[in-house]
Amino acid sequence: MQQPKTLFDKIWDAHIVKNSEGYPDALYIDRHFIHEVTSPQAFDGLRKRGIKVFNPSRTTATADHNVPTKDQHLPIKEALSRHQVETLRKNCPEFGIELYDLGHPYQGIVHIIGPELGLTLPGMTIVCGDSHTSTHGAFGNIAFGIGTSEVEQVLATQCVLQYRPKTMLIEINGTLPKGVVAKDIILYIISKLSASGATGYFVEYAGDAIRSLSMEARMTICNMSIEMGARGGLIAPDETTFKYIKGRKFAPQGETYHRLVEQWRQLKSDEGATYDEFVKFDAADIAPMITYGTNPGMGIKVTDRIPTLNELKNISEQTSFSKSLDYMGLEPGAAILGKLIDYVFIGSCTNARIEDLRLVASMVKGKQKASNVEVWVVPGSKQVENQAREEGLDKIFEAAGFQLRQPGCSACLGMNEDKIPAGKYCISTSNRNFEGRQGPKSRTFLASPLSAAAAAITGKVTDVRELVDSF
Amino acid sequence: MSKEKFITLKSTAVPLSIENIDTDQIIPARFLKATTREGFGENLFRDWRYTQHETPKTDFVLNDPTYSGKILVAGKNFGCGSSREHAAWSIYDYGFRVVISSFFADIFKNNALNNALLPVQVSDEFLKNIFEFVERNPETQITVDLSQQKVVLEDGTSESFDINPYKKTCLMNGYDDIDYLLSLRDEIKYFELAH
Repeated sequence: MQQPKTLFDKIWDAHIVKNSEGYPDALYIDRHFIHEVTSPQAFDGLRKRGIKVFNPSRTTATADHNVPTKDQHLPIKEALSRHQVETLRKNCPEFGIELYDLGHPYQGIVHIIGPELGLTLPGMTIVCGDSHTSTHGAFGNIAFGIGTSEVEQVLATQCVLQYRPKTMLIEINGTLPKGVVAKDIILYIISKLSASGATGYFVEYAGDAIRSLSMEARMTICNMSIEMGARGGLIAPDETTFKYIKGRKFAPQGETYHRLVEQWRQLKSDEGATYDEFVKFDAADIAPMITYGTNPGMGIKVTDRIPTLNELKNISEQTSFSKSLDYMGLEPGAAILGKLIDYVFIGSCTNARIEDLRLVASMVKGKQKASNVEVWVVPGSKQVENQAREEGLDKIFEAAGFQLRQPGCSACLGMNEDKIPAGKYCISTSNRNFEGRQGPKSRTFLASPLSAAAAAITGKVTDVRELVDSF
Repeated sequence: MSKEKFITLKSTAVPLSIENIDTDQIIPARFLKATTREGFGENLFRDWRYTQHETPKTDFVLNDPTYSGKILVAGKNFGCGSSREHAAWSIYDYGFRVVISSFFADIFKNNALNNALLPVQVSDEFLKNIFEFVERNPETQITVDLSQQKVVLEDGTSESFDINPYKKTCLMNGYDDIDYLLSLRDEIKYFELAH
């Protein structure tokens, strides 16, 4: 009998082109996404070598990191950002690659558009020069971020050279308490495992609490796998997955779809398959989460106090911990609930899909934002933006004093015009609270869209469970 | 295309004893807009090196003339966060050829190895020793010997480090991954047809 295998190993093994003693595996890549920031040097490399793209139909491009989220019909104001997007506009047609540029109905954050267009499918290998490529793993595939040298490898050969990572199973069973959404689950996991706890591993998420989630919620979970160091995270596909894929623009249609669904049903870890690491959590222990520090592992339940120096697991962490709290302008042992904020950012590849916007709208409908905050709602794609308008969410946001902007990475990474000013506090649905991530000297609290919406209304860090009884 | 070869390096070191140094600190996103690989060194650790008014912060180690050299010594979980290869480019462009830490983030490690920058992972205790050595005597020389896979301090104490044999060969000979993958093009085409 064959040795039971994990889903990860099944997909990996099915994509090995060459496995030689002493060499990393040459892994075939089914889908490659590119954007303007990490691709120009890779295209230059091809030019220097005088070679073409191996299989242009397997690469899809979009512009997302540098783009403004207002007046996208006008030229990008900042010269370097404009140049980078223009370089992508030049490179894509030269090498025969499809580009969803600004203004195109399919443009958006690279990890939002792949799934919504049906380009992301179960069983695939997917890479992009972007660490949040792990998002796509929600469909039961191997998806991970790569560097620019590796982008060049994929363009040149449709393969990357990789060593097989170790595997980790994270199982979450039970019922999620009120006010707890996917973002809280992943922030909770990272707070338990730390920002480096899964380095060297590829994670599989399982358990009935994960099964109960929608595809969009699963994407939020897989998206932040990298924030605990994991190369990626995946969830075995099921009926929820197949239903999501059905009818999408580039998804297989008709007979092909049905035939593939039958194949996709086999994509699961075998009974008795072993993992290098196994962690189990009880959904009932999770509460609305927030980060207080400068890495995503520094998270607590919103009602908890910030740890004191004595409560840290290792003494070696004290210096970094103090530096972090200093940067955030927070005191060890203090409460975070009630802390006044200045900005609310709802967006990013973590939480800018239509369900996220609906969740925010359900919370703010008929309410007004607090006068001390500015609120940006940035849809993850043109399709999400259009859908939001169609559903009248734009009216709800407008009435609440929120700005519904145009799609892009926006204030997640301080690369485009949307930056949080120095010293200001932002409650953000994005994925990183690193120093200066949202702009030089900006201070970030990571939280769920629900918690962000609650904070927008009260103007301070709020326990969402107190605001709405129905949650 | 061939890269600089790395065999052995003897140098003074720059100590940066902070844990979880993420790639946004190594090179903030607003400096990722270049379309070439060169020139990122001037923005290495930009927001730690300079104030908002662009004056150098004297308390940051890269601005401290006491310390110099081609080896950067950093706290554990170095290079976490974004996949930006610009982080490796900026460290290399600044003049470093080795980063020593007790733990590296995966993508950073790959990116460094692809750019002739050697990530050397040592034990927590040995890292502590190195910090103490360098802080006590900034002139102390550290030897990083890739062929022997060994870090040697001035008093003769040493620790060996791991590197996979393929990457070691690449670094010692200046090869890159694409040369190898391009040699597999026929096999890849065959795989694609059968896949």
